[in-house]
Amino acid sequence: MGIRERLSGNEATAYAMKQINPDVMGAFPITPSTEIPQYFAAYVDNGEVDTEFIAVESEHSAMSTCIGAEAAGCRAISATSSCGLCYMTEMLYVAASDRLPITLAVSTRALSGPININNDHSDAMGVRDTGWIQLHAETNQEMYDNYLQAMRIGEAVGLPIMVCQDGFITSHAIENIELVEDDKVKAFVGEYKPVINIMDKDHPVSVGPYAVPTYYMEAKRQQAQAMIDAKDVIRKVGKEFGEMTGRSYGLVEEYMMDDAEVAIVIMGSSAGTAKEAIQELRAEGHKVGLIKIRAFRPFPKEEIIAGLSKVKAFAVMDKADSFSALCGPIYADTCAALYTAPTRPLGINYIYGLGGRDVRVDSIKHVFAEVEKVAATGEVGETYRYLDVRE
Amino acid sequence: MSFMKAKDINEHITWKDITPGCAIFEGASSELVETGDWRTLKPVINWDKCKQCLLCAPVCPDMSIPVNADGKRGDFNYFFCKGCGICANTCPFGAIEMVKDEK
Amino acid sequence: MSYNLKENLLREERLAGGHRMCAGCGSPIAVRTVLRQVEPGDHAIVCNATGCLEVSTSVYPYTSWKGSWIHNAFENAGATLSGVETAYRALKKRGKLDDTYKFIAFGGDGGTYDIGFQSLSGAMERGHDLVYVCYDNEAYMNTGIQRSSSTPHFADTTTTPAGKVIPGKLQQKKNLTKIMVAHNVPYVAQTTFIGNFKDISEKAHKAIYTPGAAFLNVMAPCPRGWRYPTEKLMEVTKAAVETCVWPLYEVIDGKYILSYKPKNKLPVEEYLKMQGRFAHMFKPGNEWMIEEVQKEVDRNWEELLQLCGE
Repeated sequence: MGIRERLSGNEATAYAMKQINPDVMGAFPITPSTEIPQYFAAYVDNGEVDTEFIAVESEHSAMSTCIGAEAAGCRAISATSSCGLCYMTEMLYVAASDRLPITLAVSTRALSGPININNDHSDAMGVRDTGWIQLHAETNQEMYDNYLQAMRIGEAVGLPIMVCQDGFITSHAIENIELVEDDKVKAFVGEYKPVINIMDKDHPVSVGPYAVPTYYMEAKRQQAQAMIDAKDVIRKVGKEFGEMTGRSYGLVEEYMMDDAEVAIVIMGSSAGTAKEAIQELRAEGHKVGLIKIRAFRPFPKEEIIAGLSKVKAFAVMDKADSFSALCGPIYADTCAALYTAPTRPLGINYIYGLGGRDVRVDSIKHVFAEVEKVAATGEVGETYRYLDVRE
Repeated sequence: MSFMKAKDINEHITWKDITPGCAIFEGASSELVETGDWRTLKPVINWDKCKQCLLCAPVCPDMSIPVNADGKRGDFNYFFCKGCGICANTCPFGAIEMVKDEK
Repeated sequence: MSYNLKENLLREERLAGGHRMCAGCGSPIAVRTVLRQVEPGDHAIVCNATGCLEVSTSVYPYTSWKGSWIHNAFENAGATLSGVETAYRALKKRGKLDDTYKFIAFGGDGGTYDIGFQSLSGAMERGHDLVYVCYDNEAYMNTGIQRSSSTPHFADTTTTPAGKVIPGKLQQKKNLTKIMVAHNVPYVAQTTFIGNFKDISEKAHKAIYTPGAAFLNVMAPCPRGWRYPTEKLMEVTKAAVETCVWPLYEVIDGKYILSYKPKNKLPVEEYLKMQGRFAHMFKPGNEWMIEEVQKEVDRNWEELLQLCGE
């Protein structure tokens, strides 16, 4: 039986870090993730962990120190948001390419400009091609649970992992949470056995060399395989976590999908709002459901096909725009996943919640009404739509 | 994960066998690489003039002037020497001559 | 222990042949000399900023580094090595390591004076127990001789070509060594290749074995970019020192110490005339450029003498 607490998402994340007691943390403050290194620095300074904490001079250096520390055989962690994640981008590619399983907590936030400190997914979506595993949480509990599973997943496939929650919405809101006992966390996370280790004195290694075209593509193909392999690892670790806590996880969560005729695909905290809307609509007789994406990278192709094949029409909710004049990032991947599926429902895309725009139950109900129209008429109309924007 | 060594890695290596992140799991594997074929001029030592002052040894960018355990320099390592001529120009005794490299 | 060239050359060589640096390049000379000063039995972890040295010593699957080495990117050798050094402390504290490791970063002037400046400043300010060595060849050589903030006044580079209207680089060289001193780190030194390599060897040893952050600025000529015949390397560095263009000094716990004072300080022409990058300064009508450089060198030298209490 776990420990009942009330924590904000940031505090829960820092608490998970404390329970894991990693070797090195390199971090730089940025709203809304700042609290994570703050809480953690207090653990360090009060001797509750023996992690070496480096307060660096930028996010770029935060990720650079993590790369150095992880390459030296340590568990390295950081936390960031928004422009900070953007500023790390170059290093994110290196971390993934070097096959260093660093763990990064992200409290997602809009990107400048205009400058805005509130939540959307532009930061995480902007780094979706960096080769990092990305888990997204709906609640504080999920953020905590995902963090405890992250190192197991990243280290199993040799890839870095981003554990994301919605800035302010979950990062700062205090919710009831069930924590896992310290000894159970230690046993679950286990010891780190590095593959790349420049501090192994008997085995010198050169990390990050120059690869000519003869080798570069083979290295990338191998990296791609690690991401493919991560799917099963995420499922396996999520199941094992469930056996320990009663809370199991997969790549997605299906909600009211068994007899659903229309569905939405959504990620992060707004799934909670959508669940409320679904309950209300179900009470009125609408057969609606949702698929919540937990693992955005690797993308849950099989789960998306299995879930959406059952419905007549769907909407993908994107809390970030790609500015492609086409669609948002999750819609693009969802459609790519479905394209060769035996049955292909009609789908539309909503860009929503940018820069902290509130997502209400009525907003989601409106989306369902539109999807039901598509299902009824067989006409999708414009697929690229903005939700709750003043016309 | 593969930990293959440079001597076994070539253009036929598959993506399954390439080392993770192209990390090189050994030291000094470049010693397999001949850079002596870059040379147009070649340093030749006249042992009669050499006073073993060793001033030529630290200036070599290519580790091509070995200093043996007895503290005396040996002959050039022509496998690596690129023929820059710094050694010849540094020698206070004119013991090193740069000659056209006939290969 | 007093310096002895023979003894020094018998120490472990930690850079291997087969690297693809140009013939006559100064940077591998700097690297092998610095690494020779690591005591036997101690391990050296090297971090390289992107640049000539990095690409030429790590063409997969061939590394020229005998010990472990890490390259991350152009602008973050300081931060990357900070992470490695912190990892070392974490592992030591947890009883997972017994051996002694030394941490040495090598970056060119582009990766040090310019794009890596913030990362370097952070590493110095935080006081990690590491040495950052700049092999200063005064331009972005790896991309083809573009100006950096280390490029000297009037030098002809591919982004400051000596043209009909603008005569090369308009700005003076940034004094990075002094900026590093301003970080209040325990050891900062400026050196190059002179004579029996006593100056650079002793400074490298001090930098490596002084606890805390240390910075070593090594003038490492690039025959291609400076446009002089490869064999003249030691003449170029000697002229740089004898003209006081590149003075040799160290700063220990904030105290400036002059390493060498030329008996007869040579005019700057003696240094400039050896190199094609300054050739336009010797054209009739351009005497003012040499005069200006002489004034700058004199002013910097006088200031340094004062700081050193000379």
